[in-house]
Amino acid sequence: MSKTPKSPSPNLIVGGDDDGGRLAENIMHFARVLRTAGLPVGPGKVLDAIDAATTTGLENRRDFYWTLHAVFVNKRDQRAVFDQAFHFFWRNPQLLERMMSVMLPTMRGTDEDEKKKKEMSARVAEALTGRNEDEPDPREQEEDEIELDAALSVSANEMLAEKDFEKMSNAELEAARRAIRTMRLPIKPVKTRRYRANPNGARADMRASLRASARQGGDMIWLKHRSRRVEKPPLVVLCDISGSMDRYARMLLHFLHALTNDRDRVHSFLFGTRLTNITRYLRARDPDQAIDKVAAEVEDWAGGTRIGDSLHRFNADWSRRVMSQGPVVLLITDGLDREGAAGLAPEMERLHKSCRRLIWLNPLLRFDGYAPKTAGARAMMPHVDEFRPVHNLDSLAKLADTLSQSEVAAQRDMIRWRELAA
Amino acid sequence: MSVAPPKTVDETATLLRDGNYVADRSLATALHLSLAMGRPLFLEGEAGVGKTEIAKVLAQTLDRPLIRLQCYEGLDISSAVYEWNYPRQMVEIRLAEASGDRGREQLESDLFSERFLIKRPILKALEATGGKAPILLIDELDRTDEPFEAFLLEVLSDFQVTVPELGTIKAEEPPIVILTSNRTREIHDAIKRRCFYYWVDYPNAERELEILRVKAPNAPEELSRQIVAFVQKIRTMDLFKLPGVAETIDWAQALTQLDRLVLDPETINDTLGALLKYQDDIQKLQGSEAARILDEAKREMSGKAA
Repeated sequence: MSKTPKSPSPNLIVGGDDDGGRLAENIMHFARVLRTAGLPVGPGKVLDAIDAATTTGLENRRDFYWTLHAVFVNKRDQRAVFDQAFHFFWRNPQLLERMMSVMLPTMRGTDEDEKKKKEMSARVAEALTGRNEDEPDPREQEEDEIELDAALSVSANEMLAEKDFEKMSNAELEAARRAIRTMRLPIKPVKTRRYRANPNGARADMRASLRASARQGGDMIWLKHRSRRVEKPPLVVLCDISGSMDRYARMLLHFLHALTNDRDRVHSFLFGTRLTNITRYLRARDPDQAIDKVAAEVEDWAGGTRIGDSLHRFNADWSRRVMSQGPVVLLITDGLDREGAAGLAPEMERLHKSCRRLIWLNPLLRFDGYAPKTAGARAMMPHVDEFRPVHNLDSLAKLADTLSQSEVAAQRDMIRWRELAA
Repeated sequence: MSVAPPKTVDETATLLRDGNYVADRSLATALHLSLAMGRPLFLEGEAGVGKTEIAKVLAQTLDRPLIRLQCYEGLDISSAVYEWNYPRQMVEIRLAEASGDRGREQLESDLFSERFLIKRPILKALEATGGKAPILLIDELDRTDEPFEAFLLEVLSDFQVTVPELGTIKAEEPPIVILTSNRTREIHDAIKRRCFYYWVDYPNAERELEILRVKAPNAPEELSRQIVAFVQKIRTMDLFKLPGVAETIDWAQALTQLDRLVLDPETINDTLGALLKYQDDIQKLQGSEAARILDEAKREMSGKAA
């Protein structure tokens, strides 16, 4: 087996006029183009690429393509960008200079376009969240807010907690958002197959025991113990943002943001008439920034609902990628489906079968006499493990309690709900 | 001495062909790079497109031992890399006690020496047996969890393992490493950065027919053509799990066993279980739908022939 050359062949780097020198330079420029286009290409990769290109040789354009592909691309979705950049860049290497000058303005052009789009979407987001431009940015206010938080009287807090999101004024919504920021969701941790040292553990830790005993000369073996490590299960959230859920949805986004930043492995999706994965946007630390990004991305705000269709897309496109590690699924919707629940039941069943626990959060549950009689709700009810309200701060906080409560109790509740739905 | 690794992309392609593996030129290029530069190859793709097979074929054609590490959730160091042999260590302590000739320090370093080390796949892969560096197949990496991925970083970039009690064990001759993933979750960039990446896609009709000729040589030519046309057709459908190449081969073999010469709707209905693995998908195709697709596929075939 040949040894890896640790440094690229020197003639590729230094050689001024021979072809090799140009190649190294060209690969570097090409890497820069890819970087501008958003691929994670570092200087290490450039060296790798030069190395790799020397290894395969340059007789064949197709081989050269796949050589650079193997180095620069490390996700399937990057392939399209790479493909375009490759064909554009390597069409005529002699015209490199001119091409760069052609490329750069276009890059800048798209950049500017994007900026414009961003500005626009920021405005859209503002319009959506109802914040006036004259109002000070809440981010700047942050420090005052903390004091305000402490000053908020208990009764005011209580009132806020019980008030429906739908009926809140802007100021109250702002206060609610702040409260949500600190909320946590204590879903029951699951045992993993990894261990940690624990003096009260049930299993013997032989390695630690023998080490300890060898340290003491081996006269006696003191048993050390270990126990299984527990971990929070991954969480997948599917949130309805159709017209009927509109007011809640925005508040729930704040809740989702708090969840995403509190634990690992949270995947969030929004759906109305189509499904959008917003996990990446919610990772931004600042909630307003995150939600602005989401608002810019999602196209079906406050429109109709096609629950069955959206769940189908989720099952087909995302299920295998986000459901592999036994997640708890939160499905947030009012179950009002524009399509009359067409195809909803089998999709719910599939969803239910591929997760650890399916929890349906429904804001309509705030009405005491609510009975799941709509076609959508009836189709969904047989396939959920828990059914909870989510319409005000109080219910969000209670959600935390009920989720850590025993599954038997939840099961009892479900029996009643299923009877109502039947 | 093992077979020398191929020197050009063409040679790599020939090598795979010798091992009865029908590969795209692009895959041969990626594999060649990985072999020539001594870097791991990271293969990602849907189940049943032949990712694992590549490692097996390599082991066979290059005449090297294949060490396979099947990943699963909770895979840990003691089952993937090494474990101390506790019973023997305890006996050793008793012996030391009986003879009483060793001090504490001595005993401790004796107990945690290579004699008492049980080697698991990764550590084994770092040893060349009989002058042959093995092929290490880390299969379905997406099934394990992030901590194990992080552990792999040291192995993949430097081909070494650190045992706290013993020190660093480094491979004299680095193994050929192939990683596969079904992409049930994204693998961390840090791993991917150390490897050459290749997405194994479903083959096109022409390539798939070639695969069938190699892998199911007993199937009649006309049947193979129809199978490929039919499978290619249903891969464009909205199914929960699209059939991979492995399923196509299975199906071709099943139909050959049943002595079919051509596809007909009834046979398809009866044998659909070899091709589709989810009841929903089977239901969707059973009956008139299968007949319709078959008709369409046949029409396209005759259209091409004309």
